[in-house]
Amino acid sequence: MDSTLWRATGPAAVILLSANSAALAHGWAGQRFFPATILTDDPFVADEMSLPQVSVNPPGTDGARETDIQIDLAKRITPDTDVTVRDQWQRLKPVGLPAVTGLGALQTGAQYQLFVNGPHEALGLVGLNVTWAHTGRVQALGAPDFTTLSPTFDFGKGLGDLPRSLPYLRPFAVTGNLGFDFPTKVESAGVPNPNNFTYGFAFEYSLPYLQCCVKDIGLREPFNRLIPLVEVAFSTSLNRGFGGQTTGTIQPGVIWAGQYFQIGAEAILPATRLTGHGYGGVFQFHIYLDDLFPHSIGKPISEWW
Amino acid sequence: MLRIFVAFVAGAVPIVAAPFARAHAFLDHAIPAVGSSVPASPAVVTLWFTQDLEPAFSDVTVTNDAGQRVDLGNAHAAQGSPAELQIGLKPLPPGTYTVSWHVVSVDTHPTEGTFTFEVGTG
Repeated sequence: MDSTLWRATGPAAVILLSANSAALAHGWAGQRFFPATILTDDPFVADEMSLPQVSVNPPGTDGARETDIQIDLAKRITPDTDVTVRDQWQRLKPVGLPAVTGLGALQTGAQYQLFVNGPHEALGLVGLNVTWAHTGRVQALGAPDFTTLSPTFDFGKGLGDLPRSLPYLRPFAVTGNLGFDFPTKVESAGVPNPNNFTYGFAFEYSLPYLQCCVKDIGLREPFNRLIPLVEVAFSTSLNRGFGGQTTGTIQPGVIWAGQYFQIGAEAILPATRLTGHGYGGVFQFHIYLDDLFPHSIGKPISEWW
Repeated sequence: MLRIFVAFVAGAVPIVAAPFARAHAFLDHAIPAVGSSVPASPAVVTLWFTQDLEPAFSDVTVTNDAGQRVDLGNAHAAQGSPAELQIGLKPLPPGTYTVSWHVVSVDTHPTEGTFTFEVGTG
């Protein structure tokens, strides 16, 4: 190639190639931005980190109260694949007994972005999460002494493709997870470990979407970046004497999505009697590594060289 | 163990405060405003973004209800305002018009979007 031509087109090519790979960075599908949700898994691969997520859970059925400080990391390997790592420090306070503290089980995952449909604001992702045995305080905190394999399908859909005659429905979006838990050990200390069906949804109303793409109603910072949402997640046991038993929570809240990070807060309400009673809350500070470090650790590892 | 977590969290603060970072460009606001009605044909459409743009890879078009372009094809970043994109318009009869934009921010993140405005109905 002629050197003059290369000098003219080289930087453009670099920008275009970089832009192409960045297109999947965190939750974009067309003009829809999907925030990272707190309770349910996200339907997109990402370079992101939750640091920290603090949960004060509702009292359990036995009255015990648990507080968690959790860290999540997602790192893209290629533009369409990522790995995730999650762990948490727990404090469990049983009624009438001293509190115990320690690490919960280590969780890792590998995910593949099945599709991103911009015009229809749709995302699909498959993943395999693993909760590892003996990586937390088994005796004191009830961390598992068995490994659990959890295949999942995660999806997202914005309603921006609704007819323009329904303008105020277009900022709505829903994300969801469908999956199973398969423990690798049938029972622990005489207690069966059932297989579970897990499912969860996040129903979001994006004020940024309303402002940018439907109607500018005059919202400015910080209100033009708020995304009110309600998340629900359930786990239904399928066998080993627990068939049909369901636990879950409903979590109404709000996320503020900025340029480099987002902040979210939700109430935690038990959705079944088996889950507990009362209420709790969760706060999350979530960082977009691809926006903070677009030319280094925010890129997929396959593009580091 | 809690101390390790607290130290990790404290270590993240400088990361978030990193001054050199850039990010995805969101549409901040536009004139004519998103979803608005204006009494007469505007001469230009101006869009303001939340990040500086790469003008060579950022574009905007305006079409009428029939999908025909009604802009002058001269999309450009405003002088001295690299987060602002403008395009001139032909005289517009009353109707609904769609603004379609796709931009690349200075850190190479692409974003896109569309919105409509109406002329002569406000």
